Amino acid sequence: MDADFIAQILFSAIKTGTPLLFIALGEVICEKSGVLNLGQEGMMLMGAVVGFLAAYSTGNMAFGVLAAMAMGCVMSLIFGVLVLHLGANQVATGLALTIFGTGLSAFVGSDFVGKTIQGFNPIPIPYLSSIPYLGKILFEHDLLVYLSFIMTVLIMYVANKTRLGLTLKAVGENPNAANAIGIKVLRVRYLAIMFGGAMTGIAGAYMSLVYTPMWAENMTAGRGWIALALVVFASWRVGRIMLGAYLFGLASIMHLVLQGFGWTISTNLLAMLPYVATVFVMVIISADKFKEKLLAPRSLGKPFDPRHMA
Amino acid sequence: MNNTKTAQHISPRLELINISKQYPGCLANDNISLSLMPGEIHALLGENGAGKSTLVKTIYGVVAPDTGQLIWDGKEIEIKSPSTARELGIGMVFQHFSLFETLTVSQNIELCLSKPQLASIGNLAEKIRQLSQEYGLNIDPHRYVHSLSIGERQRVEIMRCLVQSVKLLILDEPTSVLTPQEVSGLFSVLRTLAAEGCSILFISHKLHEVTEICEKATILRGGKVINTCSPAEETSHSIAKMMVGDLAEQEAGYSKKEGTEVRFQIHDLSLSTQHPFGTSLKHINLELKAGEILGIAGVAGNGQDELMAIISGEDSRPVNAHLTMKSQPIGNLKTAIRRQLGMAYVPEERLGRGAVPDMSLTENTLLTHSQGFIKYGLVQWKQLKDYAKQLISDYSVKCHGEFSEAKSLSGGNLQKFIMGREIGQRPDVLICAHPTWGVDVGAALAIHQALLELRDQGAAILLISEDIDELFLLADRMAAVCDGYLSPIVRTQNTNIDQIGQWMAGTFINNQQHDADMLQETTA
Amino acid sequence: MMRIQARTQPSQLMTLVSPLLAIALTLIFGCILFSALDKNPIEALHVLLIAPLSDGYNVGEMLVKMCPLLLCAVGLSLCYRANMWNIGAEGQLLAGALGGSAVALAFGDSTSALALPLTLLAGVASGIAWSAVPTYLKLRFNSNLILTTIMFNYIAFYLLVWAVNGPLRDPDGYGFPESAMFSDQTMLPILVAGTRIHLGILLSLLSAVVAWFILSKTHLGFQVRVFGSDEPAATYAGFSSKKLSWFVMLLAGALAGLAGVCEVTGPIGQLVPNVSPGYGYSAIIVAYLGRLHPLGAIIAAIFLAVLYMGGDLAQIQMNIPTAVVGMFQGVLLFFLLACDFFIRNRLVFTHQATA
Repeated sequence: MDADFIAQILFSAIKTGTPLLFIALGEVICEKSGVLNLGQEGMMLMGAVVGFLAAYSTGNMAFGVLAAMAMGCVMSLIFGVLVLHLGANQVATGLALTIFGTGLSAFVGSDFVGKTIQGFNPIPIPYLSSIPYLGKILFEHDLLVYLSFIMTVLIMYVANKTRLGLTLKAVGENPNAANAIGIKVLRVRYLAIMFGGAMTGIAGAYMSLVYTPMWAENMTAGRGWIALALVVFASWRVGRIMLGAYLFGLASIMHLVLQGFGWTISTNLLAMLPYVATVFVMVIISADKFKEKLLAPRSLGKPFDPRHMA
Repeated sequence: MNNTKTAQHISPRLELINISKQYPGCLANDNISLSLMPGEIHALLGENGAGKSTLVKTIYGVVAPDTGQLIWDGKEIEIKSPSTARELGIGMVFQHFSLFETLTVSQNIELCLSKPQLASIGNLAEKIRQLSQEYGLNIDPHRYVHSLSIGERQRVEIMRCLVQSVKLLILDEPTSVLTPQEVSGLFSVLRTLAAEGCSILFISHKLHEVTEICEKATILRGGKVINTCSPAEETSHSIAKMMVGDLAEQEAGYSKKEGTEVRFQIHDLSLSTQHPFGTSLKHINLELKAGEILGIAGVAGNGQDELMAIISGEDSRPVNAHLTMKSQPIGNLKTAIRRQLGMAYVPEERLGRGAVPDMSLTENTLLTHSQGFIKYGLVQWKQLKDYAKQLISDYSVKCHGEFSEAKSLSGGNLQKFIMGREIGQRPDVLICAHPTWGVDVGAALAIHQALLELRDQGAAILLISEDIDELFLLADRMAAVCDGYLSPIVRTQNTNIDQIGQWMAGTFINNQQHDADMLQETTA
Repeated sequence: MMRIQARTQPSQLMTLVSPLLAIALTLIFGCILFSALDKNPIEALHVLLIAPLSDGYNVGEMLVKMCPLLLCAVGLSLCYRANMWNIGAEGQLLAGALGGSAVALAFGDSTSALALPLTLLAGVASGIAWSAVPTYLKLRFNSNLILTTIMFNYIAFYLLVWAVNGPLRDPDGYGFPESAMFSDQTMLPILVAGTRIHLGILLSLLSAVVAWFILSKTHLGFQVRVFGSDEPAATYAGFSSKKLSWFVMLLAGALAGLAGVCEVTGPIGQLVPNVSPGYGYSAIIVAYLGRLHPLGAIIAAIFLAVLYMGGDLAQIQMNIPTAVVGMFQGVLLFFLLACDFFIRNRLVFTHQATA
């Protein structure tokens, strides 16, 4: 165990945590507007398969990412219409989205299983990447990781410092009051849902274009769900989401760490670790009911129908 | 008080001509016409369900009318949304406030302003401070709304309108949430505004307030305009008659009784709240006697909900001997056991707590009244159905039958049903919250009779209400809650509205005690 | 002109019509999809929906697939009725399969009459254990049930994979990740000779009837319904939310565990990593399609079992990937949720040009 090894581990933790970060950033915006979208896993798989297909057939990575974003938007739009216009239960609709996305992605991608592409290349940032250790950890990544850094800062700024963020918070706390003062609640929620979909699409593309890079059925392995837990863990705060994503990333690559210590444990048991860690975190973070009530968007998961405002 | 006589040549600020609005199953507004002069304080009177709220929401652009015209400063207009209304200079203070508790005062106000408005104001916080001083509103722009009292929140709503230089201010039942002293403060703000030429539309069902502040009144009943009058030239009785039709003969007052032995007691109960925006209970003591109604007054959110929850057992934290019923400690017992011992409970929320909206009245009977209807764990649906039918006819609940879903009933009829169900268990102690809130006069009368009858049979009744008039009418003894403290308890004959009003504002709280409690809470 | 209007009362008729409408729309969607893939849509639908019921053997196979779907869905119906969002049927099923297999393998070639009952019991107990933990965490620590049950699905899967690669691997299995075949003594009896129709199918039907009886006839069932429909009312009435949560969750765990152990002691006969092709997730759709009514779940489970069978046949006969089944399930649930809109609303036709 030396400093280089630790730097390598932290570098990998960031890489592994990046898809979680993308999803959680999208979902936190969605949840702040009062909508709980449990369809992340399905949207992510669709993003992964469509991103892979687009990149594979055009050879253009950026096109793959854009296609995955578009796919995420379309998927989330289906969700949006069902929960916002047809008044469907948010939990059930989110589950439907996941089941649909899992099935459809396997169907669409069945001819592409096992094919590989040349993924995004790492781009070391000049000067910054030569900072000892820190450069290795933070500045030798690929474009999408840098994009996730930028998005984190951007979302933190928008959510906390702008009128848009204020509007979002108002809609999530009390949609009826927001409607009464003339905020277009459904429009805000649609946009938030679609933003969430686009971010999840990028996360999917990250899996199939950078992380592996290939397409396999069910390749996201529950990351969509873990990201949902991450949002609760972070108490809907953007900065903590980033930290949490990397911690989960670290839990996912624990086998590397343990190999560093010279321990050998069955990989199948180690594979449970991120899930066990998620359960553990859910327990710790939610135990304080008082705090959760204070921090969670108040109308989260509850339907809002402007036609019923008699 | 008529210091601003409006001259003849001034045209109306707002005219409504033949406004109608149909909801599924109810004609909320039926050809309503009304006109408002600049600087006029105009009352919109009517019972719950008379169509007042729908009408003002039409003016504010929340509801689109089916037919009719709106004329603003002489021009016909269409108000499509609240933002259009605000651009015209129409402001509204809602009955259930439209504030966001997790935002600050200034953020709340900012959300209501358009970008150009915001730019023209410049420093919003400064503007708020300045207006606050001008009108004596006393608002700090940087405080979070959840830390404000109800009265302060209302002032924030008014501030929200002032910032936009309002020409017409609509207030929906503004006094129902205030202490009598806060009401007079509000009235002086309204008079200042009117003197500056702002029109005010004031919704209420309290006659004495209307006669005190309004120059004109429009009375609605069943969605129609019944009359337009000058309150000064009418008596309370004549206005009441216009509001409710023929039934206004109830104000006679009921006989007061003195209770016998103590049935239910709270000993020095202190309990911290479990909700971030709730109120902690502090040193509550009370004795409830058989054969009396003990009324507890208070502005909403001063600990009533918390008190009800701990008495009924819905708040399941063990408080053992702090609660006793028939000299037996019940603070550790579950709700169901307390019921078996003879406690019944009518909650504030009828639909969603007192009754399950999607279930039939038969099933809703079983909700709290299971004794005799369960054999070997199986529900005796047939007997239960017959009993539900009986309840419906005994309490003249208007519905299609025992199979009707609770949500299909009107508020008053559902309340009669719940009342009947709870009284039908022959309780020794009945806890009753806001029993006639939003209920029409006929149903309110029936509910009052049922309560008095139960009292005369020897039950002990705890009545929590925000309606002071109702408490004076029904209660044999009275107290008030404020900030989680309970005032001394007095006989109703020995007190008056002024004293109870002061107690509602917390004048009885001993300052040193309060400081000690605050310290305890912050260190806990 | 068409306009949408809220109904004053939810439509009873629409509650029952909505699943049929959703199925019809899903089939139309399927036709369009198959046409786009240059497959004959009529033939494809025939293979997917009619062929599985064409002869006695196929019906038997369909029932074999129905069994785990129904067992899981009955439990989930109760959970969802009580507003407990248990998504963990899959994990509970895998746990049941794993626990049952461990006991079955421990019996080896023993001819003890207790072998099968104890194996089944172990499966049920494992399912219960697997639902008990998330339930405890929710009630004690307020943790989100949806997320914990899903995490437990993944944990169960990796545990099972670990077991078939380690302690439960067949020593004579050439290193394949599979257990040894169970002895006949631990296998479920076959009810109809010449088919694979086993005792578990009967148990699944029985469980649906019992669950229906509990929900509609008992005070406990009434409490479950109140708790799910209106939690504040349940608290007001003094029903114990803890007791009711435990009841539905443990029952669902037991049934899902039973489903798992019936799979390994029924059609499979050994423990393999892919015990379930996602039955626990499909059961969510079954529960919804059956209107969260245990008897409705029977019909819905048969429909989904047919779809599963059809998916297998479609792959063999028409070279359509089996993944199409998962997609159809998702589409079906979407259409169902969309059609449910008309339970609370209706279309009205007006002749007015403007409102």
